[in-house]
Amino acid sequence: MKNESPHGNRPRGLRARILALRVTLWTLIVPPTVWAVHFLFCYLWVSVSCAKLGQFPRFTTAFVIGTGAALAIIVAAGAIAWVQSRTPGDPPPHDEGTDIDRLRFIAKSTLLLAGLSFVAVVFTAAPALMLTDCR
Amino acid sequence: MSLHAQDDPQLRADQERRLRAVWAPPTGWFGRWADVNNNRVGIWYTLTAFTFMLFAGVLALIMRTQLAAPGNDLVSASTFNQLFTLHGSMMMFLFAVPMFEAVAVILLPQLLGARDLPFPRLSAFGYWSFLIGGVFVGGSIFFNVAPDGGWFMYPPFTTRTDLSGLGADIWMLGLSFIEVSSVAAAVELIVGVLKTRPPGMRLNLMPLYAWYILVVAVMILFAFPPLIAGDILFEMERLLGWPFFDAAKGGDAILWQHLFWIFGHPEVYIVFLPSIALFAMMVPTFAQRHLLGYPWIVLAAVGTAFLSFGLWVHHMFTTGLPKISLAFFSAASEAVAIPTGIQIFVFIATMWAGRVTWSTPLLYAFGSIAIFVVGGLTGVMVAIAPFDWQAHDTYFIVAHLHYVLIGGTLIPLMGGLYYYWPLITGKKLSDRIGRTAFWFQFVGANLTFFPMHFSGLMGMPRRVFTYPAELGVGGLNMASTIGSYVFAVGVLLVCVDLARSPWRQKSPRNPWNAGTLEWLAHPDDEDWGIRSVPLITSRYPIWDQKNFVRNVDEGRFFLPDAQEGRRETIITSVLDARPVQVIRLGTPSAKPMVTAVALGSVFILTTYHLYWAALAGAVATLAMVLWWLWTGTAEIPEKEEKSIGHGLTVPLYCSGGSSAGWWAMFITMMADATAFSGLVFGYYFFWTRHDDFPPGGPGLDGPGAFWPMVALAVTLASWVMTVVARELNARGAEGAARGLLGAGAIASLAAIGAGLAGPMTTGLEPSLHVYPAIVWTLVIWTVAHNGVGAIMQLYTLARSIAGRMTPRYDADVRNITVYHHFMALTAIVTYATIGLFPGAGS
Repeated sequence: MKNESPHGNRPRGLRARILALRVTLWTLIVPPTVWAVHFLFCYLWVSVSCAKLGQFPRFTTAFVIGTGAALAIIVAAGAIAWVQSRTPGDPPPHDEGTDIDRLRFIAKSTLLLAGLSFVAVVFTAAPALMLTDCR
Repeated sequence: MSLHAQDDPQLRADQERRLRAVWAPPTGWFGRWADVNNNRVGIWYTLTAFTFMLFAGVLALIMRTQLAAPGNDLVSASTFNQLFTLHGSMMMFLFAVPMFEAVAVILLPQLLGARDLPFPRLSAFGYWSFLIGGVFVGGSIFFNVAPDGGWFMYPPFTTRTDLSGLGADIWMLGLSFIEVSSVAAAVELIVGVLKTRPPGMRLNLMPLYAWYILVVAVMILFAFPPLIAGDILFEMERLLGWPFFDAAKGGDAILWQHLFWIFGHPEVYIVFLPSIALFAMMVPTFAQRHLLGYPWIVLAAVGTAFLSFGLWVHHMFTTGLPKISLAFFSAASEAVAIPTGIQIFVFIATMWAGRVTWSTPLLYAFGSIAIFVVGGLTGVMVAIAPFDWQAHDTYFIVAHLHYVLIGGTLIPLMGGLYYYWPLITGKKLSDRIGRTAFWFQFVGANLTFFPMHFSGLMGMPRRVFTYPAELGVGGLNMASTIGSYVFAVGVLLVCVDLARSPWRQKSPRNPWNAGTLEWLAHPDDEDWGIRSVPLITSRYPIWDQKNFVRNVDEGRFFLPDAQEGRRETIITSVLDARPVQVIRLGTPSAKPMVTAVALGSVFILTTYHLYWAALAGAVATLAMVLWWLWTGTAEIPEKEEKSIGHGLTVPLYCSGGSSAGWWAMFITMMADATAFSGLVFGYYFFWTRHDDFPPGGPGLDGPGAFWPMVALAVTLASWVMTVVARELNARGAEGAARGLLGAGAIASLAAIGAGLAGPMTTGLEPSLHVYPAIVWTLVIWTVAHNGVGAIMQLYTLARSIAGRMTPRYDADVRNITVYHHFMALTAIVTYATIGLFPGAGS
């Protein structure tokens, strides 16, 4: 179902379009899924390199782009969630069974998960900055 | 019916009479065990898991007695090995996980205002499987054949039949059987949370317990199947000599560790989160306010679930993997402390903001958090690889994991027991005994496990049956032993309290003045679950919605009647809980029990190498499953729609994505695909271990490209025919659909032959080397799925011919199409891997 802005006279543009995006249980898990993909990619890449070549390529473009892309997707998901979690309309504390409160709930949970996933991706990338060989 | 129709006491009495008749439990000495209602199956389940816990606890006491003094000889080394293996395995597989499932089976329908979970017979099947497998595994110690390789059964000692006896087979096959029942429970609970919520209970109004159960059940789907894949490889090695973990023939014992811990670490959170979920129900009740930070709890549950799958290698820090790999897992292990900490702060904040009513359950909750935090902090320590190299396999780890499991699982469950006992029995337990028991447990746990930090750091290894006095840990061990008996007294007091319950007075309804739906339960409980399914507009409806309890009791909400004499509950939409269907639930039946016995016989007979008898058991299982499905599922209703009150009319039959059965199939196949990916992981893992893979030579040449591609093409043809049959059937062309289903079944059977032809024609010999072994395993997995696919196509064909499936009522063909989507995916991955891999095609 759609969760459009409740007020028709809202300015058109990015914000309005974000507010019109659908949220579901699937969008909720976008940020941690990005973490999982990034994590698996780093682990497999290093393991296969170490097993097959005896070393892993440090700071390849692929690693930098991959990590940058993962962080960018998480930030984008978080930013969308931040706008949606501030959808105006119903009174606080926003724990009623209305369209807006349901939207705000999923959006806020997504935002929090984006924060956690951002930290976790940085954590995962950190060893690749420090360690240099396969020992 | 209108609101004031329910004002008529005569009407209400008639409705109650009908509901009571429909939900009447079966009676008689034997008949009563055919019950499938969640309130009974859940109680059997809980009591069985509790009994296994007591049993495994006694094993621990024997171990502690043996270790009380250096050089003690109460038990032999061999017995000691069996004791610690069975203690760990039973506590994890027969207590912690089943207990979560058992409690969820009792509570979830109550919390969701449902009459029962969507598949009551599946719950019963899970219970009977659990009972049979549990008695089989636990009973082995009385015959001196209990598994003795540690709860993680590391090869090569456990796979070599000259070094380990029947115990390893009992562990593998007995617990595999229980894993099947856990996956069945996960399917039930996920569909339950997503589809049987009461109208109006949108995602943001769902009780947090349901959120946790949803998350944990999804974790089971992804955590248990890799272990099932590992079990398959393990038993292939033990029974047939296929060398997956035998380094001399190209295998690698580390693969088992990967597959075990991909299961084993999420497992820790699988047993921890449901216990924390009990806090999320208790804390608001005793603070008499809404829980603060509802989205933060959802963050914690979902975040922990994801991160927990990036931790498994921290059990393998000393196996010699590259440091960089260790660092990734170390990083994730530190990150998981964030969501875990958040939920504890949420509980503290809620208590702070509310008016706290001190009570026995709350005492347990706070005591367990204190213990858990100690375990969490040592967890952060051992997540740092260099520290772990020092502490690995010492009593420091024993201390850490017991602080986590006692603080994170056992004591919260005790708190839950005191909190929910009035819900189950209508009677409170004794506060006096409960608090005394708590202090025994709290002091006992700390006295047992805190000294182990020191004995571990002083060098005492795990899993030794005795130790020399010169090590200087005699005093610490004596303290641990005394502590374990103090703890046992605490548990015994709880048992005494439970045993005295039948002689106590009934307590008033909702004795803790809680706000959530489960407390609608009446002390003199009826079997119908809930009198009428309410419309929910708040997270704490009993507190916030006006006249809520009375309206439910007087049938003023939905589905207050059972006019057609059927057990029913409402199916709602996933996000917003809009009513979409009334589902007819399974009635009491011995079929689940008999099916569990038949399936159990397959596992148990295989343990004793009685393969023909096991095959007969497998055929019996298949026959039972088909009979169960034919008579009990996708039933065509006597009318299209049914009124559920308040002017709402919903269909009685759904197929495809809005039906519960479709979701169950989809979820089951997710688990199946995860197990399969564990096997595929094995193939690529072995590739990284060998310079020449496939190795080539007599019996080691790849299966060629031809037959794998033929098998793939035929499987895809079968898949296309199934999809087209579904579409034609929906358009009314039943004859053409039947023809395609029949042709599809023939194609599925042909794919079996083509799949096996590849490795057969090139003479791949699986006992020679790991390469032919893993190729054969992938092929057998895939063609076995072809076989099941053929049975499904023929079953659907038979349903269509028998008039049990029609263009309008087409759930069967829609469900098997989901299976065939996954079948096609499995065939693509298998045959591309074995046939197109460099060097395999020659």
